[in-house]
Amino acid sequence: MAAATEQSSAQGTAPTWHGIVLETLKRNEIRLTPYVPDKVLTPLIKNLHADPYFNTFPTAREEEAVGIVSGAWMAGMRGAVLMQTSGFATLANVLASLAVPYQIPLIMFVSERGTLGEFNYGQALVCRTMRPVLDSLAMEHHTITRLDELEFIADRSIKQAITTQAPVALILNPLLTGGKVFNK
Amino acid sequence: MTNTQARNTKVMNRFDLTQRLVTKLKDEAVIGGIGNTNFDLWAAGHRPENFYMLGSMGLAFPIALGVALAQPKRRVFALEGDGSLLMQLGCLATIATLAPKNLTMVVMDNGIYQITGSQPTPAAGHTDLIAVAVASGLANSSWAADEDDFERLIEQSMSATVPTLIGVRIDDKPGTGTTRRDPVQIRERFMHGMGVRQPL
Repeated sequence: MAAATEQSSAQGTAPTWHGIVLETLKRNEIRLTPYVPDKVLTPLIKNLHADPYFNTFPTAREEEAVGIVSGAWMAGMRGAVLMQTSGFATLANVLASLAVPYQIPLIMFVSERGTLGEFNYGQALVCRTMRPVLDSLAMEHHTITRLDELEFIADRSIKQAITTQAPVALILNPLLTGGKVFNK
Repeated sequence: MTNTQARNTKVMNRFDLTQRLVTKLKDEAVIGGIGNTNFDLWAAGHRPENFYMLGSMGLAFPIALGVALAQPKRRVFALEGDGSLLMQLGCLATIATLAPKNLTMVVMDNGIYQITGSQPTPAAGHTDLIAVAVASGLANSSWAADEDDFERLIEQSMSATVPTLIGVRIDDKPGTGTTRRDPVQIRERFMHGMGVRQPL
């Protein structure tokens, strides 16, 4: 289970959350990783672009990325969508009309804004809509706060999504990533 | 500004055009956008390589893009309404950037939301969707002048080196059939059609 962590240690570098996510995606053969960017996700996005294993690119909207990975999965290629909290808030329709009813294992990584030091009131408000939307559709979701739990939660959740054909949201909390802080 | 009159394109019929497309197909994938677009695809004769959307308005092109990326050797068609495309114009830029040559998109433009009561779209008579597509970077985009031209553009797209977008002006007729609204069966059959799964 700790393959990514061991690999990082073997290279003499401390494991990072984004390194663990990248290795976990790779180990689960998730190649297609469209995203709408987020400041916190920057190192992950940069490293996905740098790794030829992945086909990673920006989309104009999060639901567009959901459509792309849904089509790809039905045609035999696995994917995951990267976004931030406010992006997730645009997805209720596509979750309720595509991912959930068609039983598509949509894998989402959501960088959590709006809590633990948020400076934008709009982000703080939109964050409060995320878990009620996930719960109202009975969707699996986990909030990841600890580096030592990240690989287990991400790896197991990806496998569960694929085997049960159900979407999952992995919420990357500021306790894990450091979040985005006010910087004048 | 290019308006509808200046296009000089014939007003055709969605079901007729869909039948003309389906007649040409072997193992190509077809993604049918919500409402009348996939109703007419269904009515043209179900095939396991067809995927019918029952919601998520505007995602026919993105779903087709995903299929095209996953199976670069298979031709993928996407049928979308003008109102649906207006919901997701940004996808044209994404598709232009990724440029899958095996993707053929058709936008059925009647300028109305036929299924909700035929209200005009905000673009009706003012916005040229093919010009939008060209400006988004999809250089191989054109209006079909008539049915023969549509068929010619479809055939030409089969060996194109870039993605193709075909605009067709259509009448205000509703869809011919009604897709059986069973999302899990639709998805499972489509996966059989794509050869990634065997029936149970």
